[in-house]
Amino acid sequence: MNKTINQKAWFFVIPVFILVAFNAVVPLMTVVNYSFQETFANNVFTWEGTRWFKQILRSERFHAALGRQFLFTGVILAIQIPLGIAIALTMPKKGIGVSFCLILMSMPLLIPWNVVGAMWNIFALPEIGFLGHLLNDMGFNYNFTQQIGDAWFTTILMDVWHWTSLVVLLSYAGLRSIQPAYYQAAEIDGASRWAVFRYIELPKMKKVLTIAILLRFMDSFMIYTEPFVLTGGGPGNATAFLSIDLVKMALGQFDLGPAAAMSLIYFFIVLLVCWVFYNLMMRNESQT
Amino acid sequence: MSKITLKKLSHSYLDKQNFDSDWALRDVNIDCQDGGAYALLGPSGCGKTTLLNIVSGLLNPTKGKVFFDDKDVTSQTPVERNIAQIFQFPVIYDTMTVYENLAFPLKNRGMTDGEIDSRVKEIAEMLELTKTLNNRASGLTADGKQKISLGRGLVRSNVNVIMFDEPLTVIDPHLKWILRSKLKELHQEINRTMIYVTHDQTEALTFANQVVVMHEGQIVQTGTPVELFEKPKHTFVGHFIGSPGMNILPCQIQNGIPAIDGVKISIGTEIKKKSSFAKTEIGIRPEFVSFSEDGIPVKILKVSNTGRHKIIDTECKSGKIKILSHSSKEIPSGSAFLSFDKKYTYAYGDSWIIE
Repeated sequence: MNKTINQKAWFFVIPVFILVAFNAVVPLMTVVNYSFQETFANNVFTWEGTRWFKQILRSERFHAALGRQFLFTGVILAIQIPLGIAIALTMPKKGIGVSFCLILMSMPLLIPWNVVGAMWNIFALPEIGFLGHLLNDMGFNYNFTQQIGDAWFTTILMDVWHWTSLVVLLSYAGLRSIQPAYYQAAEIDGASRWAVFRYIELPKMKKVLTIAILLRFMDSFMIYTEPFVLTGGGPGNATAFLSIDLVKMALGQFDLGPAAAMSLIYFFIVLLVCWVFYNLMMRNESQT
Repeated sequence: MSKITLKKLSHSYLDKQNFDSDWALRDVNIDCQDGGAYALLGPSGCGKTTLLNIVSGLLNPTKGKVFFDDKDVTSQTPVERNIAQIFQFPVIYDTMTVYENLAFPLKNRGMTDGEIDSRVKEIAEMLELTKTLNNRASGLTADGKQKISLGRGLVRSNVNVIMFDEPLTVIDPHLKWILRSKLKELHQEINRTMIYVTHDQTEALTFANQVVVMHEGQIVQTGTPVELFEKPKHTFVGHFIGSPGMNILPCQIQNGIPAIDGVKISIGTEIKKKSSFAKTEIGIRPEFVSFSEDGIPVKILKVSNTGRHKIIDTECKSGKIKILSHSSKEIPSGSAFLSFDKKYTYAYGDSWIIE
């Protein structure tokens, strides 16, 4: 088939091109620019090569923040994915209960992130907050503003409360799309409830779960607002995840060069993990 | 293996039933002999899948009872009833190999590995799946997958009945023939009761010894393919079976003799009952209509030649009449007279045959 040549078509691409240029390419290139240079006042730049990258990669502060970040993301994924699937499995399949549950599940997702942080801050305050007061009344010595364990516990609990719904909604959609004949066939084959989950529901949910894990990984890995409002990264640096640490470096200390280098490293880590994970999950798909 | 009896079965998916149309099944009675091949034939939504699911135990009937060998199994689960069912589209366990798929029903019933192995291999051989046994099931084509579903149904040697719910819907036409004859072959080989649900008359008529025709939740006729063709008991059977279907024309009955457009029609049976019907009709298959010197005057509308025979569309005052004649025969043009073969002409009162 011969292609029709019509160069005017480029005009239709221009708006998108401009939009992408201004919201992605130009800011990213600015960061790249900063990451290789040292800035002083009055817009004086000096070339530094890969110095900031080396500095960041060797910095203990960055290692610690990265470690905390992986731990946090690992923990919330380990809780939210199984919990989300479990809730989706117990949700009603028809009737008025469906809308009720769906609305209930959507609520946490609709709350602005800084409001979530503020809510949990007040909720967990040891003296006046419901959770804090309750835990102390029950005999636990709970104070998330001073004790590292408590700060982590509260941050994780908040994230689980805020985001498990997303996993629930995606899993529920995946479950609802399974044809009834699969369940009927399993019933006739004499499959146990566990076998139905293992051999029908889980494989059929694979795609939505891949999406859920990717989204939850990216969001939790880049989490900023909620822990910033809740703990401010403290006590000390205990809950200073990568983005909190990054903002401290860039805006608090005005170390633009190292902060830019850190941004890029941060960006590549997210990209790399997502790419590896996606390819692992989809490897079997392409074989079939 | 067992005999299956359905007694006064009615089912509704609604909580309250006010009208006839609220019932998916109405007062169904069937006797399936041990080892027979049965087909449930009817258009979509006539209740055949509902009926099948009640036999398999996936659904509990609103009213009525199901017996296997005179034993009431109405409240038993599919596992307790020990049946096999194959669905409209292939149901396979994606993450398992073909072998594991076939072994699954046996494993769930706690058979030993040795027994499972010999059984799976036997079935795979029968279905020509031996070469693909170690492949992942999700990589197979639609007909390969349906063969696995079929295999999972056949792998247990002691099932009471094997049920097929339009199993060839997703299969390519040229493979349909192959799989269909495979099924027929299997039936002769393992000699087990089989119930086959379909809306395709060719499938039903070629597969089954006994065809059960369903319409709006009721059984309108049960019989051999020949009986259904030659003597439809309900106008629906006449319409649904045969291509083109039966000609159904409104008629008037005076002194026990039916007439169309004032022309008296002689039929095979006598109308004894002086019963009053809301509507009376004459049914005649296009195969048994011919041109003659006198009879019903018609206008010839269209002649289509299918190669083997001609289909002639004609019209009389009461309605249209189709005629099927050999393609070498001369067809008069303009207007003509038609006569019906007395032996295959039936009168219907309120859609049911008058005999």
